[in-house]
Amino acid sequence: MEWETVIGLEVHVQLSTESKLFSSAPTQFGAEPNTQANIYDLALPGVLPVLNRDALKHAVKFGLAINASISNTSIFDRKNYFYPDLPKGYQISQLDFPTVGKGSLTITLEDGEEKIIGVTRAHMEEDAGKSLHEDFHGMSGIDLNRAGTPLLEIVSEPDLRSAREAVTYLKKLHSIIRYLDISDAIMAQGSMRCDANVSIRPMGETELGTRTEIKNINSFRFVEKAINYEVQRQQDIIQDGGRIVQETRLYDAHRDETRTMRSKEVANDYRYFPEPDLLPIVIDQAFVNSIRATLPELPDAKKTRFAKEFGLNDYDASVLTNNRDMADYFECVAKSSGDAKLAANWVAGELQALLKKNNWEIKESPIQADRLATLIARIKDNTISGKIAKTVFEAMIKDSSNVDDIIEAKGLKQITDIGEIAKLVNEIIANNPEQVEQFREGKEQVLSYLVGQAMKLSRGKANPAQVNQILREKLK
Amino acid sequence: MALDKSEVEKIAHLARLHISRTEAEGVMSRITDILALIDQMQTVNTDDIEPLAHPLDALQRLRADEVTEVIHYDDLQSLAPEARDGLYLVPKVIE
Amino acid sequence: MIEKTVAEIAVALNAGDISSVELTQTYLDRITQFNGELNAYITVCADSALRQAKTADEKRAKGSNSPLLGVPLAHKDIFCTNGVTTTCGSRMLHNFVAPYDATVVEKFNDAGAVMLGKTNMDEFAMGSSNETSFFGPVKNPWDTKRVPGGSSGGSAVAVAADLCAMATGTDTGGSIRQPAAFCGITGFKPSYGRVSRWGMIAFASSLDQAGPLCKTAEDAALMTNVMAGLDKKDSTSIDKPVEDYTASLSNSLNGLKIGVPKQHFAEGLTAGVEQTIREALKEYENLGATITEIDLPNNHLSVSAYYVIAPAEASANLSRYDGVRYGYRCEDPADLEDMYKRTRSEGFGEEVKRRIMVGTYALSAGFYDAYYRKAQKIRRLIKNDFIDAFDEVDVIIGPTSPHTAFEIGTKTDPVTMYLEDIYTIAVNLAGLPGISIPAGMADGLPVGMHIVGSDFAEAKVLNVAHQFQQQTDWHQHKPTAFGKEN
Repeated sequence: MEWETVIGLEVHVQLSTESKLFSSAPTQFGAEPNTQANIYDLALPGVLPVLNRDALKHAVKFGLAINASISNTSIFDRKNYFYPDLPKGYQISQLDFPTVGKGSLTITLEDGEEKIIGVTRAHMEEDAGKSLHEDFHGMSGIDLNRAGTPLLEIVSEPDLRSAREAVTYLKKLHSIIRYLDISDAIMAQGSMRCDANVSIRPMGETELGTRTEIKNINSFRFVEKAINYEVQRQQDIIQDGGRIVQETRLYDAHRDETRTMRSKEVANDYRYFPEPDLLPIVIDQAFVNSIRATLPELPDAKKTRFAKEFGLNDYDASVLTNNRDMADYFECVAKSSGDAKLAANWVAGELQALLKKNNWEIKESPIQADRLATLIARIKDNTISGKIAKTVFEAMIKDSSNVDDIIEAKGLKQITDIGEIAKLVNEIIANNPEQVEQFREGKEQVLSYLVGQAMKLSRGKANPAQVNQILREKLK
Repeated sequence: MALDKSEVEKIAHLARLHISRTEAEGVMSRITDILALIDQMQTVNTDDIEPLAHPLDALQRLRADEVTEVIHYDDLQSLAPEARDGLYLVPKVIE
Repeated sequence: MIEKTVAEIAVALNAGDISSVELTQTYLDRITQFNGELNAYITVCADSALRQAKTADEKRAKGSNSPLLGVPLAHKDIFCTNGVTTTCGSRMLHNFVAPYDATVVEKFNDAGAVMLGKTNMDEFAMGSSNETSFFGPVKNPWDTKRVPGGSSGGSAVAVAADLCAMATGTDTGGSIRQPAAFCGITGFKPSYGRVSRWGMIAFASSLDQAGPLCKTAEDAALMTNVMAGLDKKDSTSIDKPVEDYTASLSNSLNGLKIGVPKQHFAEGLTAGVEQTIREALKEYENLGATITEIDLPNNHLSVSAYYVIAPAEASANLSRYDGVRYGYRCEDPADLEDMYKRTRSEGFGEEVKRRIMVGTYALSAGFYDAYYRKAQKIRRLIKNDFIDAFDEVDVIIGPTSPHTAFEIGTKTDPVTMYLEDIYTIAVNLAGLPGISIPAGMADGLPVGMHIVGSDFAEAKVLNVAHQFQQQTDWHQHKPTAFGKEN
């Protein structure tokens, strides 16, 4: 039987704020345990929540970016359950009245097709702390630094049909969030987390199958692997005549498998009710407009503009706009150098490779945009050849001085003096009588050999076009 | 509405309360009495009534995103029944 | 001196008739003498009180004369007090030394009041008789076989027996007003949102409100002047200017329209109380007020709605007591579940557990609409009843409680106990200001009169109460065994 996979993602994003969602404690990642938890975060008796304005702004900003409806009135609720990393015994979340309502985003599939993925809602809530399961004298240790960090939970519609699509959606979401600068969204650090709801059904069936929820997926790669594993597991069960049990499963990256989460065995009854310590949040049009005014150009718009303005092909435009810093970098190089095509080649090619090799962010690049622009300008004005430019580029990684000085100091400047090139050409003609003869007999291909010899003799500095031209003249 | 024993057990578990067998009967009957009191509400039709969550007709205030305090975490942790190396300790958590 | 009101003490301190240190020492001596019998205080802070008194005297010597400077005060043990044990009447917090001050505490500190100690209360404010305290019942000074009312029983008794000049309390369903009535003192619950809840241990967040327990409406006004005001740490604290509540105390009541709810003079009201309140109403007529009967048609549902909303909110508010970060933890837990269950079962008393169970049930899957949502709708009906009533009248007056203080151990059935608050609960559901003042005696015990105002009509309520106290001396009646100065 042919199966269709149905996936919906619940993505938790930690919103970048100085202080927590409801308390004025700091939110820094990686601090000593429990040094960032104040009396509110520890749920001491008598403490009360007050909502962080910037967290709300970030949520609204995200909503606007995915063309979602922004709720005029949103309401926080208490979600009740006991867990040692949940100090109040309830999480303040939003159930029926989330801040961000229905929206959507567009992903590009492998075949180039565009697909719209629905976002059901995005609601604000507090993060929990962490239980450290290493053995502390037979006990677990609780670190509440993370407790109360603002989260935006972005819930997609079950619109995704493969693990690959899920990853594409997730990457797009990541790109938008980074463009908006509302979260670090680093999966490895947990500032972006993904739970996947996975079910399968016979192709053509419209009813959804029983789903399982996979938690603990902490990289893009694992999203794909975990979903693929789970899809196979479900197919195996059904084909063996079994039934899928609705449950929460944990992805184990070491074993590349999902397994039942024991702590969630008993069906939870969260007993949601409106948080009486907080009042309704009313977001008026002025507030929305003030945030709309801060929205940056988003990846889709930028991609279209790059394609049009710089004449980039679809692929280059995509690669160069995935990441906002990369796009800004490219745009700067393209404008300063005056050659968008060369700029695209260099940024998407040499520069990307360099960053990848060293695991650098674009902001950490030793070759800043203005320097790369100068380098490209020197190719254009024939100061150096494209080949020599690669040598200069290598030198620029370690040498932070200006590009022209590097070219000068290394004597890499292109030879464009006709007299000098003529001298080179004469030498080559003298040293290669056999090839000269062949060319004169009509063997055109030999010319490129002779040009190559001349280039070699000049240690790459001669202008190949000029060499070519002068050779032809002399061999007439 | 009357409660049965399994419901009492379920609620006690949700609330993380231990109710012994000997207590269960008494708890059950008292809660049943309370529910009878509560059920007087059902005598009124409230179909068109908007629920009132809060006596205050006011809106949520927003707080500036600022860290405004120094956390004396050692003092706070000294309140804990069991803490070591900066961590609150609890019996092993199983995922 | 100990029989004086806060207003009178301030005059005496200013005149130099007595120092705050002397006065504080007098109260401390009385606490030593009588607290064993009355059990009004859980914690007494003798040393810090005398230090605060000394500071107050020094400030006064330098010319400061703010009204509460150097006046000895007791805080209900529901308010967090930095460095002082804060138990909330529970084993769960028997060892909890709060690392911060509640806003109310901070405000009294700033006003220069002297904190004598922390008063006994029903556990987590859940009770109407002060019998649910882990620290034992509080005794009514009018008759120590009787309850003082609850949950702010310790504060009421401390005021009634002159173990402090004034005290704080909290009122979720009548917890200031009913003990004030039983003990023959003045107890005032301001409108919801008027006094900050920061640092006040939560029972039911949408109902809890702090207020004063004291000898007179004038004292209540002085205390409310200090307690009220916007607190940005409490999202439900209202951003509305605070009036000087003493300013309008002397306003004439000529032409005042008083509504008397027929539902508050119906079945269940004891004859002695009814007669006392009817007599008191005549005083108001003498002052130029007119009395009309009003209808609060949904009042009878207030107890039902309250016993859904309050336990539901409480069931979540009390989830933080899990033995992890502070407070009680059971011995040698076998595993995590065992730690949770035994900690909470051993740390909480019967009534608290019962309410957690009821609240958990009301919120659980399948019952939310029938209970919680229904109760919120009833809450709207009750609020609407008051809105309609205040279209016709300026204040609503009736008895605070259907009867006078009852004997300890006689109300063992929870439902009977819950019906104690039949006249006061609706006021919390609607968030209104309400005061109980002594209106007379029945069978040798004080009777409380309940005066309710519209939203944020604190000044009006205090004015109406004060004018009664200008005409009568019921607020000066003292229990004989503890009332005399030694």
